[in-house]
Parts: sequence; structure tokens; C-alpha cells
Amino acid sequence: MSSHYEAPIRKPLIIGDKNYHDVTVDVARPVEGRANKQWWIAFTIALAAFLWGVGCVAYTVGTGIGTWGSNKTVGWAWDITNFVWWVGIGHAGTLISAVLLLFRQKWRMAINRSAEAMTIFSVIQAAMFPVFHMGRPWLAYWVMPVPNQFGSLWVNFNSPLLWDVFAISTYLSVSLVFWWTGLLPDFAMLRDRAITPFTKRVYSILSFGWSGRAKDWQRFEEVSLVLAGLATPLVLSVHTIVSFDFATSVIPGWHTTILPPYFVAGAIFSGFAMVNTLLIIMRKVSNLENYITIQHIELMNIVIMITGSIVGTAYITELFVAWYSGVEYEQYAFLNRATGPYWWSYWLMMTCNVISPQVMWFKKIRTSIMASFIISIVVNIGMWFERFVIIVTSLHRDYLPSSWTMFQPTFVDAGFYIGTIGFFFVLFLLYSRSFPVIAQAEVKSIMKTSSEKYKKLHAAHDNHSHSEHNH
Amino acid sequence: MYTFSSRLKTFSFVLMILGVLGIGYSFFTAPKTVEDVEKILAADSHHGGHGSHEGHAHEITTGEANATEVHGQDATEHAIHDKIEHKENLEKHVTGSHEVDSVGQPAHDTAHAEPVVAAHGATDHHADEALTGAGHNDAHHEHLEHVLHQLQNKPWAAVYVAAIFFMLISLGALAFYAIQNAAQAGWSPVLFRVMEGISAYLIPGAIIFFVLLLLGVFHVHHLFIWMDPEVVAEDHLIQGKSGYLNATFFIIRAVIFLGGWILYRQYARKNSLLQDDANDNLYYKKNFKAAATFLVFFIVSESIMSWDWIMSVDPHWYSTLFGWYVFASFFVSGITAIAMVTLYLKAKGYLEFVNTSHIHDLAKFMFGISVFWTYLWFSQFMLMWYADIPEEVTYFVTRIEHYNLPFFGMVVMNFVLPVIILINTDFKRLSWIVVLAGIIILCGHYIDFYNMIMPATVGDQWFIGAGEIGAILFFFGLFIFVVFTSLTKAPLLAKHNPYIEESKHFHY
Repeated sequence: MSSHYEAPIRKPLIIGDKNYHDVTVDVARPVEGRANKQWWIAFTIALAAFLWGVGCVAYTVGTGIGTWGSNKTVGWAWDITNFVWWVGIGHAGTLISAVLLLFRQKWRMAINRSAEAMTIFSVIQAAMFPVFHMGRPWLAYWVMPVPNQFGSLWVNFNSPLLWDVFAISTYLSVSLVFWWTGLLPDFAMLRDRAITPFTKRVYSILSFGWSGRAKDWQRFEEVSLVLAGLATPLVLSVHTIVSFDFATSVIPGWHTTILPPYFVAGAIFSGFAMVNTLLIIMRKVSNLENYITIQHIELMNIVIMITGSIVGTAYITELFVAWYSGVEYEQYAFLNRATGPYWWSYWLMMTCNVISPQVMWFKKIRTSIMASFIISIVVNIGMWFERFVIIVTSLHRDYLPSSWTMFQPTFVDAGFYIGTIGFFFVLFLLYSRSFPVIAQAEVKSIMKTSSEKYKKLHAAHDNHSHSEHNH
Repeated sequence: MYTFSSRLKTFSFVLMILGVLGIGYSFFTAPKTVEDVEKILAADSHHGGHGSHEGHAHEITTGEANATEVHGQDATEHAIHDKIEHKENLEKHVTGSHEVDSVGQPAHDTAHAEPVVAAHGATDHHADEALTGAGHNDAHHEHLEHVLHQLQNKPWAAVYVAAIFFMLISLGALAFYAIQNAAQAGWSPVLFRVMEGISAYLIPGAIIFFVLLLLGVFHVHHLFIWMDPEVVAEDHLIQGKSGYLNATFFIIRAVIFLGGWILYRQYARKNSLLQDDANDNLYYKKNFKAAATFLVFFIVSESIMSWDWIMSVDPHWYSTLFGWYVFASFFVSGITAIAMVTLYLKAKGYLEFVNTSHIHDLAKFMFGISVFWTYLWFSQFMLMWYADIPEEVTYFVTRIEHYNLPFFGMVVMNFVLPVIILINTDFKRLSWIVVLAGIIILCGHYIDFYNMIMPATVGDQWFIGAGEIGAILFFFGLFIFVVFTSLTKAPLLAKHNPYIEESKHFHY
């Protein structure tokens, strides 16, 4: 791929005196060791939240959607808010593995595995909302264009909600394949290291007989590149289609053309924040601080800062154009956001999304782990409120004042949301104990250009040869 | 060091002279009076014409094209037809207003802001009046006046489109340069001097463009109808926007944006040259910070610039996506210009360290940003088409009706062809393929800007003739002259850039 020469000005991505074997051992350790007490505590809490969520969903399906706080005016509220939030979070994984691959960003290698895992687990959470917010979820299969006995009754392909079905299912499948392909060499590594027959068997099945021949590697790289090329437009189109749910409507505050790219920017923004939250903990508990370095965190913070600024520009654009349009409904929609009954959610969103990423301009803050962790959580709160504000404040007051109303979530709304957070962490905790959380094969490929050890060697060598070259 | 070949220099002068002749011809032949227009229309109808001049006896403007499809020349017929249509489409637009401003926006096309009943009443009144003979004459005369304004706008609009297009190509290259600096790209430093050379056009380009804006403010041309106090007096929608759309603030913004871009360009260029002889990375670091600061300024100024200089020619229309859409259009053009100048210099043997991998990377950007442009084009178009809200969909109605070929043709040129041509890895390394794709992309994006400006300024009187081609030739000649003159001023390899070694050894 790229040249083996690397400018000395670039900082090392693998620190400590690591060789290839060290990488293997460090990545395999969490998988081969036993879970500690903290893991079990975290897992129990996540499982409890998940089961509570299952109960809430069962209650909703059994009793009816009226158990939620949605009403005749505000037909969409927490369900879609959480859906968009989870889909948005899922975007960073593909962005890190696909877009950063296309841009040849070597720093992605330590974080892409976990980011993709996060994508897959959050898309699974997201996919539950479209099903369970249906009044009759047992008829959900009707959204599929399958031949049937109703004189072949078909779906209408004009609805963005149907596009959502295709977008989300394609996105999940492609991400899963992309992720799994990357896992093959790493599973093979675990297979080859396995001591017990049971783990040997499990990782043999998972690694699909990977033997790491030159031809395999060549095709592996080509497949990764093609999948990255496909996943990039996919990631843009998925959140674009999600944004079409709103932007194709005629609701003031929803119908605006900036939503597609702005949703995508917001998705990258919240997704990177979530990756940061998870990795800051993971590097600590799994002893991976030599691979997920401060530089990685700093670079993720910079992405958060950039996308946060793009989102900020979009907010200002929307506000300006609402005024500029001269359409009183549009103007009122934004006035209502800023000064209406949900003013607090709007200003919370503005503070979290526009102001908090701007502190990243200070190197001190963006290289501070504590500050990054706090801001990453703040960003995700802000992005939840962004979706809430867009959805609820546009619905609860629109064209006819006689239909103006309020929205109040019930415990079932909250329970479902908490359940998905629980489920997400159940999956992520299981993943971190059984999967190689760092793509060791990829990290090894940058060892000779970007590790601290080799950089020192190069520097010593370069000084030597430079003095010869100059004369 | 690069020396400007005398053949290329002569070529650029020839282009400029031909361009001036074309522009001059188009100004000279533009009609001066209503009588001229009558002659032109008569001649046109003999030849069959190309537009819907027949239907034009009654007003068709951006604001109402969909609601008033007029089918005959007879005023009585119109009036009745109008009246019926209005009764059917009560909730639709105010139409049939004969109070036409200088370039044909209906003076009180304010349907979405005014009570429908009142608007309807006004239309009825107009229809009744039009039934009389006097109304007919008035209508005919006002139609002629409207066409006169469109035809008088035509040479100005041609110059304006070419001026903004070439200036923005240069700005696109500058934005790409800033991104490469801020991203600490390892592949592109061998191309930095090419990018700096292209961005040199920003200075003369911006000055000419600024003069064009000033001429608008001083009512020499009428591309921006909101600058016309008579129009504003009768258009309460524009009045509502006058806090933003007023000449003073408009010029202040233009000064800040153009000045800010030029400032960054000059500062970055200075540091880049100083870094050549430096022993440390001080100037590199300065440029890094400057690039980051510029990009923040750029995202804001670029959005506002697109509202000011492009969106406001249709002062009733608005789209939140517009700024980013315009950005994608000139960004891909800027990258294409970088690729083409690089290939030219490489072919002349000036860029020792540029290899096919660098060309490959540029071609990938041309490919990727072309797709990105299409994404934004489609997002904007589809959302308005889908929701079909009258006050915004008119923008696309007029374009599809009167600009069908350029409107959809540019999607082929800016999306279909680049994707087909540039998807193959081997192709992206072949100079002639990249040049071919580049020519298509640049022509396609010229048409994109043409589609943005012309419908609001010349309406269905568009034609790519002497004025348009002349303006392109003139600015193209000037662009070549300025860019290649600038390239002679400094060595083509940025020495002592901390990434230059990476870039010299770059292989993909």
C-alpha cells in the first residue's frame, strides 16, 4: 500500500518496546484470561437493564402502543429518537474502518475492531425500534416485498420508512461481513494459541480455516478495500435515508434540505464520541494503553471537533434560512424550539453539541483523558436531545394551533430505551471477553513504520545516512 | 524553476482576446429598446424559436410557472383560462400578476405569506381587466419589457457565471490545499506548489468578481433583483429579507470573505516559500495553524457566500443545503484543475517526483467528490420534488421546463461519466483518461453554475452563444496566464516540508 518511509515528525502509534509477539500476547490476554469481578458486576447490571427492557417491550406489544407517552399529535417521540440515536452511534464504526481506510489513516488500526463491534451492536438496538413502535409488530413482515396470497399485494416504494428497512438491513449485513472478514486472521491467531480443545474448536469454526498464505492476504486486502469503498457510500446513504423520514415531510422544522448531510455529520459526531467513551475504559481495563494511545484519543477528539463544527454550522444555517424563508411556520418552529415549552432541551442540545466540542481546540483538553471522557458523554447526551428536539418540537406545535399539544414520556418509553442500553452493553461486554478487540494483524502491519521501537531505530539510522547524503 | 512557455502564453492571450470580442459582441447585440425585442421575437417566431415565446405573451416567471401554463396568445383566452385555473387551484400561487419587475419576478408573488382569498381577488381583478382590449395591449407591452430585461441581463449573466466559476475553482484548490496541510497529508506536498499556483488566480479573480458585484449595487446590471428599490417596494417577501439582502451589508460581507480568502492564500504561500530555506519547522507549523483557522472561516464564509452570490438571484427561494452543494461543485472542479495542471507540468518534464500514484490519488478525489456532489444534488432535488411545496419547488419546475437538457445533462456529466470512467484503478493512472474525465467534470460544473444563475436572470431566453463562450474563453485565458505566471515565481518542489520525503517516495 503506502510507502515504508515515514516522516520522522509523525508520532508513534504503538508505544513501548513492542515486537510482533508482544502484540499477539497483549491482544489475546483478555480473551484467554478469566473475567474479573468488575466485569461480572458490569455484566449483571447490563443484563438487568436488558431484561427490564424486554419486560417493557413485552408489555407494549401485549397491551398496546398507548402505554407510551406518544399522542395523536406527537406520534413519534422516544421510539424514533432512540432509533436515530442508535443508528447514528453505529456510524462511527464504519467510518473508522472504511473511510479512514480509504484515507490511509494508520491510527484507525487500533480502534477499528471495537468501533465496528460498536456499530453492529448499536444497529441491532436501533433495528428494534422500527419493529416495536409498530401498532401491529406481528405484521412487520408486510414491509417486505414478497409475493403473497393477497393478489400479490406489494409495498409502496415511495416511503422513506420502507427505504429505512432496506438501508438498515443492508447496513447491518455489510457491516457484519466487513467486520467478520477482518476478524479471520485474528480468530486464526486465537485458534493457534488455544489450549483447551473447546476454545480450539470454537475459534477453528470462527476463523473459517484461515491459513494466511500470500494469495489469501492479497485477496483479503482487495476485499477490504472494495468493502470500504462500498461501505462509505452506504454509511452516508443510511443516515441520509434516516433523515429522509423527516426531510421528505411537509412539517415545518422537518422539511429542510440540509438534513441529509447534517444527520450524517451528527452521526459521525455522536459515533466518535461513543467510541471514545468505550475505548477510554477499554484501554484501561484490558491493558491496551500501548496501542490505544493518547494520540488516538486526540485524533478522535479532533474528528469530534470537526464534525461538531459542521453540525454547528448546520444549526446556524437552519436558523438563518428559517428567518430568510419568510415562512411564518418555519420561523415559528425555530422560535418554539428556542423559547417554547421545550426550550431547555433545545439549549441543552446547543450547549452539548455546539459549545462542548469547541473546547477541543485547546490541546490541553483534547489530550486529557478525563476531559475527553466527560465530553464524549456530554456529546451523546446532546445528540440524543438533538433528535428529540427535531422530532418532538416540530410535531407538538405545527400548522394548526388547535392540534398543539405536549409530550410526556412514560416509564415504558424509558424502560425500552434503558433496555437497549443494557442490551448494547451485554453484547459489548461479551465481545470484549471473547473477541480480539484490536485487529492484531493490522497493527502488526504498521509495526515497522509506526511503532516507537522501530522509529527509534530509523532515527538512529537516518542520522547516520543523512550525514553521508549531504556531501 | 518553471518557465512559462511562450506558446502557452500566446494561447492565453488569444483566449482573452477572443473572449473580449465575444463578450463585446454579446453586449453590442443585446436589445436596447422594446422595439428591438419585438423584432427579435418576430424573427424568432419565423424561425420557430426555441423557447415558449408564444406562451410568453402572458407572464411566466419563476414564481408561477407551474400554475400558469398558458397556451395561446389571445389575452381573452388567457384570462378565462387563468380564472378557471385559479378557481381550481385556490390554494396555489398568486398568478397572472402583470406587475412585473425588472427581470420578471411577479411583484407580489407572495402567496405563501398572504391570505389566499385576497390574492385570489387580485387575480380576478387582473383577469377582468385583461378581458378588455386595453389590458391586452398593456400585457403585451409588459411582456416585451420583461423579455427586454432578460435579454439585457444575458451578457452580464454570462460574464458573471464565468467569473464566479473560475474564481471558485481557484478557491476550491485553495480549500484542498488547506485540508492537505491541516490533515498532514504525506502524499501531496509535491503538489503544493501547483495548488499554490492555482490559488494565485483568486486575487485577480476576486477583484473582477467584486467589481461585478459593485456594478450590481450601482444598478449597472440587474442580476440581483432585490437590489432594485422599485421591486422591493412592491415585494413584501423581499422586504422581509432586507435586513440581510441590502447593498451595504452585501458588499461588507463580500469584502470580508474575499479578503479573508486572499489573506490566507498570501500568508500560506509566504510561509511555504520561507519553509524552503528553513532549518526547522516553524513555517510549516504556522501554515498548519493557518490552514485550520482558514478552514473554520471557510466553512462559514462559503455557506454565506453561496446565499449571497448565487441563491439571492432567486430571492424568493431558499434551501438550507445550498451552501454545501455549491461547495461540492467547486471543490471537485478545483481538484480537477489541480490534476490537469499537474499532468501538463509533468508532461513538460517539470515535476520530477510526481508519479502515477499521485495522479491516482487526485483521480480518486475527482471520483469521490463527484459522487459527493451528486449526493447533495439529489438530496436537494429529491426532497423538494418529494414534498412538492409550491414556494420552493418552482425552482426546479422552471429548470426542468426551460433548462431540461442542461439540468439533467449536468447530472450525466458530473456523475455518470466520471463514475464510469474513473472507477477503474488502472484508468486512474492514465493521463489521457484523467484529462478526459477532467474536461467532462469542468464542463459539467460550469453548466451546474449556469443552471444556478441563468433561470433567475434570463429565464427562458437562455442560449449558449457568443457571450457565454466568450466569457468562458476570457476567464480561461486569464486563469492560464495568472496561474502559470505564478508557477514561474518559485521552485515547483516545496523543500523542507516535513512530509516532502514521504511525498517523494509515495507509491500506492
